[in-house]
Amino acid sequence: MLAFLVRRFLTAVLSVLLASVVVFGALLAVPVDPATVILGMNASPAAREALRTQLGLDRPPVERYVSWLGGVMRGDMGESLNYQRPVAGLIGERLRVSVPLAVGAALVACLLALPLGIFAALRRGTVWDPLVTSLSQLGAAIPSFWLGLIFILYFAVELRWLPASGFVPLGEDPVRWARSLVLPVLALGLGQAAVMTRMTRAAMLEVLSQDFVRTARAKGVGQRGVVLKHALRNAMVTIVTILGISLSNVFIGSIVIEQVFALPGLGRLALTAIGTRDFPLLQGEILLYAATIVGLGFLVDVSYGLLDPRIRYE
Amino acid sequence: MSDAPATARSRRTAARARGRGPGRRYNLWLGGLLIGTIVAGALLGFVWSPHPPNTMDFTAQLQPPSAEHWLGTDHFGRDLFSRLLVGARGTLYVGFIAVGIALVAGTALGAVAGFAGGLLDEAVMRLVDVLYAFPAILMALLLAAVYQPGTLTAMAAIGIATVPIFARIARSSVLSIKEREYVEAGRALGLGEGRILWRHVMPGAVGPLVVQASLSLAVAVLAEAALSFLGLGTPPDVPSWGNMLREAQGFLAMSPYPAFVPGLAIVWTVLGWSLLGDGLRDLLDPRTV
Repeated sequence: MLAFLVRRFLTAVLSVLLASVVVFGALLAVPVDPATVILGMNASPAAREALRTQLGLDRPPVERYVSWLGGVMRGDMGESLNYQRPVAGLIGERLRVSVPLAVGAALVACLLALPLGIFAALRRGTVWDPLVTSLSQLGAAIPSFWLGLIFILYFAVELRWLPASGFVPLGEDPVRWARSLVLPVLALGLGQAAVMTRMTRAAMLEVLSQDFVRTARAKGVGQRGVVLKHALRNAMVTIVTILGISLSNVFIGSIVIEQVFALPGLGRLALTAIGTRDFPLLQGEILLYAATIVGLGFLVDVSYGLLDPRIRYE
Repeated sequence: MSDAPATARSRRTAARARGRGPGRRYNLWLGGLLIGTIVAGALLGFVWSPHPPNTMDFTAQLQPPSAEHWLGTDHFGRDLFSRLLVGARGTLYVGFIAVGIALVAGTALGAVAGFAGGLLDEAVMRLVDVLYAFPAILMALLLAAVYQPGTLTAMAAIGIATVPIFARIARSSVLSIKEREYVEAGRALGLGEGRILWRHVMPGAVGPLVVQASLSLAVAVLAEAALSFLGLGTPPDVPSWGNMLREAQGFLAMSPYPAFVPGLAIVWTVLGWSLLGDGLRDLLDPRTV
């Protein structure tokens, strides 16, 4: 198991390193001088030169990359040009919005999708299976940001049950914090639930058609035992993959949802950084998103090994 | 004599089981119908629209549907139906180009990696793993920072982010096909590796790739709309469904139609592509039935 973990960990580290090269390399490819882009054409040559030095543009690219990566590993992602503050601090503040949003949405998605997907698979051949399948197909086609707008229209504008936008920190008022997250979490989570329902159903159907399930039934094991002890346990590998994909999707999806509900999270910070050409902030943010996706993939791989011994001995 | 109807019936049953009978083709037909209407709308937009899509009319702002404006108007008094027709063009255009890029690049990478094996395979798959870490929105943020946001960067972002799925499908198909006897026979006859890959291996991989192309078009439509909504896609002066939704956001309390109309069009198109993809899978891969 240790060798399996080490191998998977090294692969994940390599992927993050390559992702850091992509992020750093892409921003090196800016076709014009970043100092001119940031300061404008009318800036004095001295001001441009000073900014070039501040950005480290006077040093060779490899040296800059190594120095940036070294900083990232120590938790220093440089300083934001727009906010004049450390990037890591800015990201840390915004994570207080984006993390509860993504985790809440993933929870909503799992709590709906797992029972619905299993239910549809067990009710194959009845009216329930096509009903759940059709609804999940329709749900997967609805963009989360449009669903967010519809929710604002009905629950905030018409019924006035929940706020249409804004965010209240947890420490300030826990009830208003929860109220400010309900609509964004539902808008993000419901679409993901639809996608996951179809995947869970397919995973369960695959397992239910296996010989060992037939054998269990032939031995007289009841439906509950077949589902809980045999089918679900064996479908867990696929379901864990679905969970990993779901968390990645909602984390990235939160970029759009934050814009709909005016939430001051990572996504809005990234869009502001593009508007102000704040390259150090963008580098830090994009690397964080990419590393999170790789990290979630690593956790899924580790879960595979824990759930299915055949995988760890491959 | 009495066997004939029974044989015909069993043939129909077998065809249905293979996903080739009319009973199992409803996904294909419904998906085709939904996409057909969008394509027809986009083509119609080239030659006719009830009103010029960008002409403002401040006497008809935020109107509900009427005989004059079939789907209502937006906050500038622009006709929503006309803008919907023009927006359909952009949605299809971005989707086709982005998925086309991914299909060609991903298939080439995956096929060569799977066929060559060894170090090349390992290197390509590591590259694919890295690309997996950059979904379309993240890739668009990166490209927008470098080249400024626009239709081209949105297409490139969606295309690059979609490469890994095609690479994986092409690789796994090639891995299973290259071990077959007829490929060995080709080698024994002295055919070159390139010819074997192109003429004898790749035709067997076309089915799964076509199915994935349809499913990826659904994802591309969603991604394009999301990027335009964020201001990272189609420029604001060009009507697109994502742009229409972004503009509608500020006027939700006054009229829901500017938000309903493009949103429903996106759902319609995404549903169309995904049903078409499912239908094609049923048709081309009987194991899924």
